[in-house]
Amino acid sequence: MDKVIVAKDLSLAYSSSETIINKANFSIDSGSFVFITGASGSGKSTLLKSLYGALKSKSGSLIVGGVELKGVSRSRLNFLRRHIGIVFQDYKLIKEWTIDKNIMLPLLINGYVKSVANNQVDKLLKHVRLNHQSGKFPLELSGGEQQRVAMARALAHNPVLILADEPTGNLDEYSSELIWNLLEGANTQLNTTVIVVTHNIPKTLRVEYKHFHIEYGSIHEVC
Amino acid sequence: MKSVKNHFSLVIALLSILFSMQAYLIAERSIEAYKVNLANNYSVIAVSTKELQHSEILAINSIIAAAKELSPDSVIDRLSSDMKSSNVELLKLIMPKFYKLSLTHYPTPGEVKSLRNDLLKNSSIKKVEDFSHTHDTTYKLLTLFKNVVALFAVVVLVVTVLLIIKELRIWQYKHNERMSIMGLFGAALWLRSAVLFRLAIVDALIASVLAFGVFVYLSSSPFVLEQFNNIGISIVIFDQVDDFMLILGVAMSISIILASLIVLGHKEEA
Ligand SMILES: Nc1ncnc2c1ncn2[C@@H]1O[C@H](COP(=O)(O)OP(=O)(O)OP(=O)(O)O)[C@@H](O)[C@H]1O
Ligand SMILES: [Mg+2]
Repeated sequence: MDKVIVAKDLSLAYSSSETIINKANFSIDSGSFVFITGASGSGKSTLLKSLYGALKSKSGSLIVGGVELKGVSRSRLNFLRRHIGIVFQDYKLIKEWTIDKNIMLPLLINGYVKSVANNQVDKLLKHVRLNHQSGKFPLELSGGEQQRVAMARALAHNPVLILADEPTGNLDEYSSELIWNLLEGANTQLNTTVIVVTHNIPKTLRVEYKHFHIEYGSIHEVC
Repeated sequence: MKSVKNHFSLVIALLSILFSMQAYLIAERSIEAYKVNLANNYSVIAVSTKELQHSEILAINSIIAAAKELSPDSVIDRLSSDMKSSNVELLKLIMPKFYKLSLTHYPTPGEVKSLRNDLLKNSSIKKVEDFSHTHDTTYKLLTLFKNVVALFAVVVLVVTVLLIIKELRIWQYKHNERMSIMGLFGAALWLRSAVLFRLAIVDALIASVLAFGVFVYLSSSPFVLEQFNNIGISIVIFDQVDDFMLILGVAMSISIILASLIVLGHKEEA
C-alpha cells in the first residue's frame, strides 16, 4: 500500500536545547484514518506543523506525499500544501474576510472557477450547519462556530490529506458528531487520508483507524 | 465603514505629500513668473564717452538682451532755457551717451557684478549704474520666500514619512497574518501579496483623484486668482494633464514601495 507519510529517525525542536520529538519512526498509509493522542504539551501540534512543512526537522527524514521536506523548495512546498487541508488548533481564520471567503480560500488558491467555488462554499456551509451565518465575519461567530468554519475550509478543495488539530475541542456532542461524520465521509468516499489530533477518540466511529500516542518525545502505535 | 477605515490612513498620508509637492511647484512657478516681471522692469544704465554700436554692446555680456540709447534732450531741455542754442549744440557733442540695458532674465547678484565688470572693461564706458542695492534686497526676498516654501515641503515630507513608517508596522502586522494563512494553504507569494498591492494601488488612485479635485477647484477659485493678479503674475496653478500625471506617478510610487516593503518584511509563521 502507498505511504502518504514516512518518518525516519525524525527529531523536532524549536531550540537546540529542547527536543520535542526524538528520533520517531512511523509511516501512514494512503487512505487511512489516524488518531494522535498525548498529554498537553507533548508535541502533537508540533508534529502536525512538521507534516505541513512549517517546522523543519532537526534531524532525520520526513517524506509527505512523496516529497522529502528537508530542504524542499518553496514552490514545491506550496504545491504540496495545495493538496492538504488543515484545521488549526487556533483556527487561523482570516479576520477581515467573511466566513464564506475564508472557506473559499483553498479554492481560490487552487484556481477554481468562481461559480464552482461558490457552489462548493454553499454546500460546505450547509454541511457544518452554518448556512444561516453566511456573510458574517469570523469574530462575529462563537468559538465552536469558528471551529466549524475551519473544518469546512479544510474540506473545501477535496484534499488528499487532512490534518486536524483537535477539531472538536470546542464543540458539544451534536456538533462533534457532525465533524466526525464529515471526516469519515471524506475518508470513505474520497479515500482522503485523515490525521486527527484529539483527546477523546469517538466511540461511534465506523471506519477502521490507527492510533499513535506521543509520550516523552517518542511516538508509538497503540493497538 | 470597515473598508473606509482601511484606506483612510494611507490616503491621508499620500494627500499631505501631494499637497506639499504641489504647493512647492506653485511657489516655484510664481517666483519664476515674478522674476520675468522683475527682469522687464529692471535695467542697468551705462555711461559711455563715445557712441557704441548696438551689436558692440550686446557682445559685452550674453545677459544683455537689448540696449537703448537714452535721449539727452530731456536733460538738456531743462538747462537750455538759459543757454544759447550754439552752446546747447556744443553740449550735445561733449555730453556722454546714456544707454539703458535690458536683460534676458532677472540676474543673480553675482551676474550683476560680473556684468558691471565686463561693461567697465570697455574703455569708453566710464560709469555703470546697476541699482544693486534695490536689486539685492528684492533678490534676497525672493530667495528667502522660495527657501521657506521648500523647507515647508521638506518638513511635511519628513513628518509624513515618519507617520507612514509607524503605520507600516501596523499594516505589516495586519497583512502578515493573512499572508501567512494563505501561505499555509499553498498560495504563491504573488497571490499572497495581490490583496496588498490592490489596496496600495486603489489608495494611490483615491488620493490622486481627491488631490485632482481640490487643485482643479483651487485653480479656478476667484479668491486664488485674485491673489496672483494682485502681484501681477499669471501662472498655471494646476495643469490638469501634466501635474495630474506627476501626482499620480508620485502617489503610485510611494504606495507601491510601501507595499513592497511589507512584502519584503513578511515573515512566515512557524
Ligand atoms: N512556536 C514555539 N516556539 C517554541 N516552543 C514551542 C512553540 N510551540 C510549541 N512549543 C513547545 O513545544 C512543546 C509542545 O507543544 P505542542 O503545541 O506541540 O503541544 P501539544 O501536544 O499540541 O499540546 P496541546 O494538547 O496543549 O495542544 C510545548 O512544550 C511548547 O512549549
Ligand atoms: Mg496542540
